[in-house]
Amino acid sequence: MHGRRSRFLTVMITLGLAFFYIPMILLVIYSFNYSKLVPVWGGWSTRWYEVLFASEEVWSAVSLSLKIALVNATFATIFGLLAALSMVRFGQFRGRTLFGGMLMAPLVMPEVITGLSLLVLFITLRQVFGWPENRGFATITIAHITFSMAYVAVTVQARLTGMGQSLEEAASDLGAKPFKVLTAITIPRLMPALVSGWLLAFTLSLDDLVIASFVTGPGATTLPILIFSRIRLGLRPDINALATIIILVVAVCIAIAALIMFRQQKRDLLDQQLAKQVK
Amino acid sequence: MIEKSNVDHTTWHTDDKTKPLVQIKGLTKKFGDVIAVDNVDLDIYQGELFCLLGGSGCGKSTLLRMLAGFEDPEAGTIHIDGMDMSNVPAYERPTNMMFQSYALFPHMTVEKNIAFGLQQDVMPKDEIADRVHDILKLVELEGYKKRRPQQLSGGQRQRVALARSLVKEPKLLLLDEPLAALDKKLRKQTQFELANIQEQVGVTFIVVTHDQEEAMTLSSRMAVMDAGRFKQIGTPTEIYEFPESRFVADFIGSANIFEGRVSEDGSDHVLVSTNVGEVYINHGQSVAENKQIWVGLRPEKIHLSITSPKNTGPNQIMGQVEDIGYLGETSIYKVRLQNGQIVDVTAPNQRRPMSRTHSITWEDTVFLSWEPESVMLLTS
Repeated sequence: MHGRRSRFLTVMITLGLAFFYIPMILLVIYSFNYSKLVPVWGGWSTRWYEVLFASEEVWSAVSLSLKIALVNATFATIFGLLAALSMVRFGQFRGRTLFGGMLMAPLVMPEVITGLSLLVLFITLRQVFGWPENRGFATITIAHITFSMAYVAVTVQARLTGMGQSLEEAASDLGAKPFKVLTAITIPRLMPALVSGWLLAFTLSLDDLVIASFVTGPGATTLPILIFSRIRLGLRPDINALATIIILVVAVCIAIAALIMFRQQKRDLLDQQLAKQVK
Repeated sequence: MIEKSNVDHTTWHTDDKTKPLVQIKGLTKKFGDVIAVDNVDLDIYQGELFCLLGGSGCGKSTLLRMLAGFEDPEAGTIHIDGMDMSNVPAYERPTNMMFQSYALFPHMTVEKNIAFGLQQDVMPKDEIADRVHDILKLVELEGYKKRRPQQLSGGQRQRVALARSLVKEPKLLLLDEPLAALDKKLRKQTQFELANIQEQVGVTFIVVTHDQEEAMTLSSRMAVMDAGRFKQIGTPTEIYEFPESRFVADFIGSANIFEGRVSEDGSDHVLVSTNVGEVYINHGQSVAENKQIWVGLRPEKIHLSITSPKNTGPNQIMGQVEDIGYLGETSIYKVRLQNGQIVDVTAPNQRRPMSRTHSITWEDTVFLSWEPESVMLLTS
């Protein structure tokens, strides 16, 4: 009975994982396909990587996406932190419930609506103030910050609530002024949440196609926009190569994160042992 | 027993002996509709180790947090060393606090935790190092400077927290359940250490605790708190031996309480007639005749005997042993009186009970008696 159940579980897990990973494995394999037609196998080759690396269009899209993601993640983290602090540490100020609701709205708002409304905003701004003259880096970054800061705020808010206030009170009791408490205690304690919030904002921005499509202008093509526009003309092997590189980068990042977590766990265990040894 | 200060504000700094270090007047704090601290007055003097004792939710922690500046009172004032604390934020108060969970900064070493407070003042680096070294010596943790709090045992963390709160030499140290997180054996040992350190540094301590034994051992004076108010303030002996109310008598230690009326109020004694007989009290408390009061008897102050007393009179009752609890050093006897009430009596086991025949056992008829000075007169 037990043996049968565990075999059933093994089969289900295998099927589930296969469902997730076979498409990616296929993608990686086809990126090394010599043939120009994706479904036709023409032998192993790295020619599409060469094509990819030679393509200026791809590199400018990669660099634009990275720039947007970096600036977005940084500002989203700062604003998200401030929003979370005001929600958790400033008591019951007037309009707190409204503020909390508005802060969370971008999480549930359909991307199409967010994108459309931001486009309307930018067009209106241009008519009234003459800015932004062209839509591109600045408008995409602003659009990304508006929705990704909500994710940071949620992450930080959860950590801030769970952390309790006694460390901050202790610092203040020892004579630290509010700003000093923030920099010496609150932010260092929030570091894990801030780092994961930053990474989340970075990924969200790198990943976004819909909102970026709305608020971008001629000449500003992010990586998702590039990939999507090329795919519309049919599957292309150089895009497979690009996707393979992205998968590789993500895999390396996950491996590093896992390693850091593993070392942290080991350190905690050592600390506990050290604490037990002493009288 | 609540002490009302008669000190004149104009002569504040002239007489160090009589002015209270901490003066609390009419202090009130509400959380929504719940009154946490209810119009409290209290004076605490330089060098005292004052305990606030009470059950959970009695307002003791809220009072402490108002002293530290973490909670704003609805009404009333706090003066520390003659200074009004109303508009002084926590980081500018001459107080330091030792938190219940210690609140050590986990991302800093022991050394940095302790130096943190000193760094907030303008102080040269080598002086900070000296002070940190001295205070670590006081709490016997010299070898642990570079450790992080997670690498310390519970007792060591407690000492680091104490060192951190003492290193700034505050006028007033507030301790929130300082020993609650330690195991029982370590707690007893640390009680004495804490009192010794307080004596050495001479800083005034206010300790919040729910543990009556801790309060009795530590404090020079203590307050019993209930529902946001002080029930009684006094030395541990005063509180234990002369409680004023049934609440205090029952909260500190245990007490057998009998209801009665004052039948005679003499100059040196009071005679109370209760439902279990006459009780004669010879300490100088005066109560109006015929007033309803209660008398309390501590279990250890009652003599237990199987032989009947030679003479009849007040302060003795007869009963039957219903149950015996053997605690090793003492035994608790549950004695049922003729009216059905159960009285607890404790007696030390001075001899090893070799045979049951010579000691008091179940179903024995016993005679209880007590000294007239042992009775507690409870007016509410």
